[in-house]
Amino acid sequence: MEPLLKLNQLKTIFSTEKGKVTAVDDVSFEIHAGEMVGLVGESGCGKSVTSESILQLLNEKTTNYEGKILYKGKNLLELSEEQMRGIRGNEISMIFQDPMSSLNPVYTIGNQIAEAIMIHQRVGKKEANLRAIEMLRLTGIPSPEKRIHEYPHELSGGMRQRVMIALALSCKPQLLIADEPTTALDVTIQSQILELIQELREELDMGVILITHDLGVVAEVCTRVIVMYLGQIIEEADVKTLFKSPLHPYTKGLLKSIPHLDGDRTQKLNVIKGVVPSLQDVPSGCRFAPRCDFATEQCHENPPELLELENGQKVRCWNYEHILREAKDHAVTTSENK
Amino acid sequence: MKAYIIQRLLSLIPVMLVVAVVVFFIIHLTPGDPAAVILGPDASIEEVNHLREEMGLNLPIYEQFLIWITKVVQGDLGWSIYMDKPVLQAFLENLAPTLSLALMAQIIAILISIPAGIIAATKRGTFTDQTFMIISLLGISVPNFLLALLLVLVFAINFALLPVAGFQPLSSGILPHIQYLILPAFALGAIQAALIARVTRSSMLDVLNANYIKTARSKGVKKNVVIFKHALKNAFIPILTVIGQTFGQLIAGAVVIETVFNIPGIGQLIINAIMRRDFEVIQGTILLIAFSYVIINLIVDLLYGFFDPRVRLSAKN
Repeated sequence: MEPLLKLNQLKTIFSTEKGKVTAVDDVSFEIHAGEMVGLVGESGCGKSVTSESILQLLNEKTTNYEGKILYKGKNLLELSEEQMRGIRGNEISMIFQDPMSSLNPVYTIGNQIAEAIMIHQRVGKKEANLRAIEMLRLTGIPSPEKRIHEYPHELSGGMRQRVMIALALSCKPQLLIADEPTTALDVTIQSQILELIQELREELDMGVILITHDLGVVAEVCTRVIVMYLGQIIEEADVKTLFKSPLHPYTKGLLKSIPHLDGDRTQKLNVIKGVVPSLQDVPSGCRFAPRCDFATEQCHENPPELLELENGQKVRCWNYEHILREAKDHAVTTSENK
Repeated sequence: MKAYIIQRLLSLIPVMLVVAVVVFFIIHLTPGDPAAVILGPDASIEEVNHLREEMGLNLPIYEQFLIWITKVVQGDLGWSIYMDKPVLQAFLENLAPTLSLALMAQIIAILISIPAGIIAATKRGTFTDQTFMIISLLGISVPNFLLALLLVLVFAINFALLPVAGFQPLSSGILPHIQYLILPAFALGAIQAALIARVTRSSMLDVLNANYIKTARSKGVKKNVVIFKHALKNAFIPILTVIGQTFGQLIAGAVVIETVFNIPGIGQLIINAIMRRDFEVIQGTILLIAFSYVIINLIVDLLYGFFDPRVRLSAKN
């Protein structure tokens, strides 16, 4: 089956005052219809830039794209601005991180949702308003026919994010990019919003890219995970494999840094040492080498390729076999100790 | 809303009182005796003293103030000794040219500056942006009387397209009215245009980086619609503030421009009154200008609500 979206060696290059910066470097992955994929990584790893590259929302004067973004086989990077507008909000939609600032404060929410419907579905204002009400009802907003006349500042954060979801889904897109949709929300609201996205995904058979730095969220809702570090994919696997046997030291570090309810409270949380280097001075070898416990000379000198293993898991590491063996040994010794 | 307007109007009282006190004392403490000016250099000291007594100028200054302010509160702004008519009447007769001039200057300023500001913001850092900003810097730096003279030199004398000076009231036809006013209005509006363009640019730059602009683009909204519908309305509050504030400056600038172009407006009224030491005219006119300034600011504040629903809501509470 043809994937819904296929990124093929995507590079997103910004021209800055200090020179060119490659924020997304050689990123390739696929999303199928009805699939929810997690895109994970620290702040500044390029996950948001990747998603905004798909819709080409970045400043066109300072941004250059290389590679291919194939949506249903069409390369989005070759489309005209007008053709691209027909895709945005209609076939591919986006939900942004901060619902507080993502809605226009001077227009009613009804107006903002109806606008998207009128652009793509060629219906009048009345019909668009009715559909907007319907979308708001679908996202669980009570008495939507009154709410459409309200302004964003009259709604709570959770409500606003529901409005954003209603807006994004108003034209029944095939692909939804959710850029940290729950980061700015309370934990209880978070799970409601995630459930809502799940339900709507099933109902509309959408592909969803869930961008997050919260691995707990990924474990709950995604089928596949892509881990990014400093503009590159460093590991990709289905959720179970990734959580059970992560291969990249960075992924391991991320997993270890999640606190567990039943964990030992006297023990400090695991921290990945060092900080993410700036994109201006990317390490010449493996990008993670300066922070890696397993780094060898080879790691510091040569950048590793993204390798695909037999089980479909992908990893960008020179020493993954060594790490895998060690993990197995560790597993054996712990089970023996029990 | 009503309560808000009433509250604002009540707050006018202390403001106007302060203006009245300042104007009165500045004028009365500056040297120059109106009685002596009226009677001319040949008058004897007795004659001058007699007139001073008649005009109440021999009373202690606070008594003079009390007499004047009591009349003002009753709606009587005084009497012009020179023009021999009430100050209010003189003011109203001279208001139309100034209002026409200020409005036309403001319209010219807005028509030039807002598009220029928007273009500069959307083309930030380009040659166009820099050119616009240099022109606006010139606009702020060149004094308006100098610009006025340059405009007259070029358009009225060299090309003979427009009259050099003078004024035609609206009653003699809209075209001659505009013909006579266009140069003074342009000279007067240049600084305004420069200021508004700069504020428009920076306000638009702020807004264009906002998240909701990205949301609008992600919906597939056309670029121009993003700029004019989604961005401009949000960027308008600071622009409106400058427009309101500069309208007050327009009236002040009109004094100079009216003199250069010989327009019978409030500016000339004040200048003549100052030359003749026509105290009540000066006091009354300045008081009325201050009053209109405050009213314009009130209108601007009320307009905020039109552009930003958040202001509307807090006004309701």
